[in-house]
Amino acid sequence: MVGPGQGGGQPLQNANPLIYRRSGERPVTAREEDDELPDIIDDREIFDLIRSINDPEHPLTLEELNVVEQVRVKVNDAESTVSVEFTPTIPHCSMATLIGLSIKVKLIRSLPERFKLDVHITPGTHVSEHAVNKQLADKERVAAALENSHLLEVVNQCLSARS
Amino acid sequence: MKEALELLERVSAHPEARCWFLAWSPGGGLLASCGGDRTVRVWGRDGPQWSCRAVLSDGHQRTVRRVAWSPCGNYLASASFDATTCIWKKQEDGFECITTLEGHENEVKSVAWAPSGTLLATCSRDKSVWVWEVDEEEEYECVSVLNSHTQDVKHVVWHPNQELLASASYDDTVKLYREEEDDWVCCATLEGHQSTVWSVAFDRSGERLASCSDDRTVRVWQSYRPGNQHGVACSSTDPTWKCICNLSGYHTRTIYDVAWCHLTGALATACGDDAIRVFEESTGPEPSFSLAAHVPRAHAQDVNCVAWSPTEPGLLASCGDDGDIAFWRYQRPEGC
Repeated sequence: MVGPGQGGGQPLQNANPLIYRRSGERPVTAREEDDELPDIIDDREIFDLIRSINDPEHPLTLEELNVVEQVRVKVNDAESTVSVEFTPTIPHCSMATLIGLSIKVKLIRSLPERFKLDVHITPGTHVSEHAVNKQLADKERVAAALENSHLLEVVNQCLSARS
Repeated sequence: MKEALELLERVSAHPEARCWFLAWSPGGGLLASCGGDRTVRVWGRDGPQWSCRAVLSDGHQRTVRRVAWSPCGNYLASASFDATTCIWKKQEDGFECITTLEGHENEVKSVAWAPSGTLLATCSRDKSVWVWEVDEEEEYECVSVLNSHTQDVKHVVWHPNQELLASASYDDTVKLYREEEDDWVCCATLEGHQSTVWSVAFDRSGERLASCSDDRTVRVWQSYRPGNQHGVACSSTDPTWKCICNLSGYHTRTIYDVAWCHLTGALATACGDDAIRVFEESTGPEPSFSLAAHVPRAHAQDVNCVAWSPTEPGLLASCGDDGDIAFWRYQRPEGC
């Protein structure tokens, strides 16, 4: 599905990315502390799941590179839909599919199965936007990619907690 | 409207995995399923209950995407993401893998037997469609590799009584193939879908083809022979396939499968919005189809496949990402 070209002696595609400040912790409300009330899944909760995903190229998170932003996460708990737009740091980024796949896998692993997940590139921010979006939307290709142990390892590195 | 499709039974068929596809045996007595747990399962009926008769687990290393019965009902073929197709022979007590077809570069997405039983077709993410010939010694030989598609080929299906093959692709088209002298050639390309075509199905006559897509539409295509009375031009001796109906506005996500009942003419769809829908052709001068049944939460997750029983009118099986098989009784609503 993607050709991960991580590390090694290869030159970085974007050697000097802009780095953004991380957002603070989510404030806990009185309603959330009340165990009697159901907690619906909101945009911030989804953003918290994906903001700490590691960039495949830099020792930084997707949030620090502004690849993901809370305003580009849309959740409708009642209709069980989640939509995430992500913004590659450069329009020719060959890691775009891998980043999108990592976001998708993180959400598949974290959310209840009732949710329909759509992961797209922010419109106008990548030269292969349509092709990448089509691959990410094809669950058969995503399923096959995740049976590829090499690719799965690369995705898991993106999803692992940085030591 | 909901009563038109009544749930008969639900079976947890591939627990903890996706169930990708279902295939009825030609006699209608058995149903084969396959899925993300790398197995093929064969189901039979004990009275009203469906139970598992065989688990075929030693053939594939990865997901089994599709399964097909031979027209005689004695063989099963299974297509897998492990790039192989296994041929299983029915024994007294189960199924034995008698051969493994290799050659595709990566995931095999679909497999189908021609009505004669002597030809088999497979397709793959490697963009190719392969036609295999079977001899009396159960030897399989690849007789043609068709590279007409420019992307991943999702599905292959044969015409119900001719040696005409159809394929659906990630390149948004459907292609048709026939034998010409010693080789197979692409004889038609059906363009119109705006995204991946996931599945195609012929009607009983084979004069019509339904295709379903990621563009959330179902298209119905009609074959027009050279010299037809409708004035549809044909460029050669091959028929022209023309889209005569576009079912849009019904489905809210990708449509993964379409099935045309050869007994009743009803058209069923399996959709990523968890729903099953059934359409019936309306009477009138222009071809049109109307929604006859809609079950919004037919499965807890995406519905991947719908399959009409070949022998029992109105009996429909479905499967989905929830790993379940569901059996439904369909009755055409009055006034539809």
